[in-house]
Amino acid sequence: MSWHLLASPARFMRYSERIRPWASALALGAIAIGLYQGLFASPADYQQGDTVRIMYVHVPSAWMALFCYTAMAVSSAGYLVWKQPLAEIAARATAPIGACFTALALATGSLWGKPMWGTWWVWDARLTSVLVLLFLYLGYMALADAFDDPVKGGKAASILALVGFVNVPIVKFSVDWWNTLHQPVSVARMDGPTIDPAMLAPLLIMAAGFTLYYVALVIVRMQALVLERRVRALQQVAAGA
Amino acid sequence: MTAINDFLAMGGYALFVWPAFGLAAVVLVGLWLGSHRRLRASRRALSLIEPERRARGGEP
Repeated sequence: MSWHLLASPARFMRYSERIRPWASALALGAIAIGLYQGLFASPADYQQGDTVRIMYVHVPSAWMALFCYTAMAVSSAGYLVWKQPLAEIAARATAPIGACFTALALATGSLWGKPMWGTWWVWDARLTSVLVLLFLYLGYMALADAFDDPVKGGKAASILALVGFVNVPIVKFSVDWWNTLHQPVSVARMDGPTIDPAMLAPLLIMAAGFTLYYVALVIVRMQALVLERRVRALQQVAAGA
Repeated sequence: MTAINDFLAMGGYALFVWPAFGLAAVVLVGLWLGSHRRLRASRRALSLIEPERRARGGEP
């Protein structure tokens, strides 16, 4: 067995185990504060009433949906260019987390759309492109596991992740490029956020909590994948001996 | 009591606000449990295979 391939996963196992408890604790702390502020300490919207509180789970989920896909595409590029197995493992570990955040963004958006727009769903540019994002995640996961040889699956899925990345700017700018029912950007604007600070604070705390939650989860999933690969390698050695 | 009822009523939007938060909780907790279960399973699988390999004199 070539030891340089194991060297960096072994180092990853050591360092990630140190980061994991901190990321988990900080994530739970931030989400707890965000929930308290979002549900109790922040005002209802003058137009939307209390439905605006759905924003505190919907918007961070949608941000994470794009963040996870970007992380997956960057890792996949790193894998295809430098053949670093840990990069492919990072992308593989990210996909189900991103898919969950995307599904959550769609479902909570639907629950927000019904009372405010009068409909659960419209085929507008933002909603449709996010649905495509969900299918890209599911396609990546299916393709990555479609081969007996994880290296083949990893390569095919990495290419899919890269090609699918064109959808990320489409999701991001869909509200500017097309007339959509979905509201335009109100936080990351050139002229500053147009959202009240009393609502912006819990939103950003929840977003930080979701990001840390992702870090904690991706470490757990990457560790599991590294160990599964090691088991597989040992089994193959045992079968060959 | 009315304060709690008012809070739970969410200005008449309880049917939309609480399912959104409940769904987020279910998905995030499910992801947490699933990921940790997978890590435990892979640790167990490795612990079963590694001792016999070492016993046969393979490198650690």
